[in-house]
Amino acid sequence: MKPSSFEYLDPRTTEEALALLAEHGDAAKVLAGGQSLLPMLNLRLLRPSQLIDINRVSELSYIESRGSELAIGAATRQRALERSALIRERCPLLLEAIPYIAHFQIRNRGTIGGSLSHADPAAELPAVVTALGGKVVLKSRDGERVVPAEEFYLGYLTTALRPDELMTEIRLPAQQTDVGVAFLEFSRRHGDFALAAVAACVTTEPNGACRSARIVVAGVDGVPYRNPTVEESLVGQPLTSATCEEVAQAIGRELSPQEDLHASSEYRRELATVLVARALGKAAAKAAQCHTGAR
Amino acid sequence: MGERTIRLRINGQTCEARAGTRKLLADFLREDLHLTGTHVGCEHGVCGACTILLDGEAVRSCLLLAVQADGADITTVEGLADGERLHVLQQTFHEHHALQCGFCTSGILMSMVAFLRDCPSPSEEQIRIALSGNLCRCTGYQNIVRAVQAAASRLASPA
Repeated sequence: MKPSSFEYLDPRTTEEALALLAEHGDAAKVLAGGQSLLPMLNLRLLRPSQLIDINRVSELSYIESRGSELAIGAATRQRALERSALIRERCPLLLEAIPYIAHFQIRNRGTIGGSLSHADPAAELPAVVTALGGKVVLKSRDGERVVPAEEFYLGYLTTALRPDELMTEIRLPAQQTDVGVAFLEFSRRHGDFALAAVAACVTTEPNGACRSARIVVAGVDGVPYRNPTVEESLVGQPLTSATCEEVAQAIGRELSPQEDLHASSEYRRELATVLVARALGKAAAKAAQCHTGAR
Repeated sequence: MGERTIRLRINGQTCEARAGTRKLLADFLREDLHLTGTHVGCEHGVCGACTILLDGEAVRSCLLLAVQADGADITTVEGLADGERLHVLQQTFHEHHALQCGFCTSGILMSMVAFLRDCPSPSEEQIRIALSGNLCRCTGYQNIVRAVQAAASRLASPA
């Protein structure tokens, strides 16, 4: 099918885009990379009155190091992140996750802000940004707010973004030297949506005990799933494979994933459990290497 | 609702045309520019048949509006051969019987042109991952992988 008709608007600056959003609000959709939006338009799942194309707003595309943070323009293409030396150096978790995002042809257009705003629960980027404790900058004509990823995701395809707001920037804490990270995903074929995926960040004491852990599971809930209680129970414990397995079981017990034609609820939960154990083990091993200097 | 005049370079030639704002780039290429080598399969970015090069990068032309290509440099499968001389990938696809019905072929060729440029000596696994964004329902992919391998080695040491 083909998109139904809409008014096509292509602002050149963030200011212009925000003015258009203030004017049209809910009736408009923002077109970033279009790799989720265009399918929805083609299938007529969406029929916006206005389409605000931000692809010509060049000021929304950048990757910058700002002190202990990385700042990424919301319209930065996923392919640009994949090729960025700065991301490789300062945000290895993101780099590890990107190849799992669809196919390279999709990443050539898809943007980081587009994926984060679309909020598909099986998507990689929301899980990564949540695991890193990242924040998103939401701008409107009335000002801007900086929202932690965990508060940004409200439910299935639902975020804190107001109709007059545009996500303009993503802020990620740059990786400290003592953090071990891992991203693992399972899908039937490479590039398919994840049946389950896990992002893990771990720091350890020199004796191998866990100092901190953040574990986020995608594909099992309406939002990126995190369980701070289980994470806290890890602190002070040695990160042996038995501990990783116990933590994975504890997280798995709390999950009740949706069943769909790709996987039953039980299968998804089992996958998530196995992936949590593996990702945690991998992140812990990398964190341990930091202490031996073998990084 | 609305039309625009767009200017783009297509297979090395400059062109100017009117395009409806809701017209997909894939349909614009086929219906307005009569470049029917670009195929339209699923129309939602899954099958890869409509893959073209936009400013050198492989993208789905069914997930772009024609008006978004204003000012862009586009290559379609029609732009691969040099007159009667086939592109290396077209030649190896022919030699290795890497196509049967051919519907997916133009999209696969465009994806592989970009892939081999970025990854000139790929492993078989890298080739298979790069091919995962293009669906072929006839060949079982074996001969496609062989053709891409052959093209990679021919590009590395031209006869």
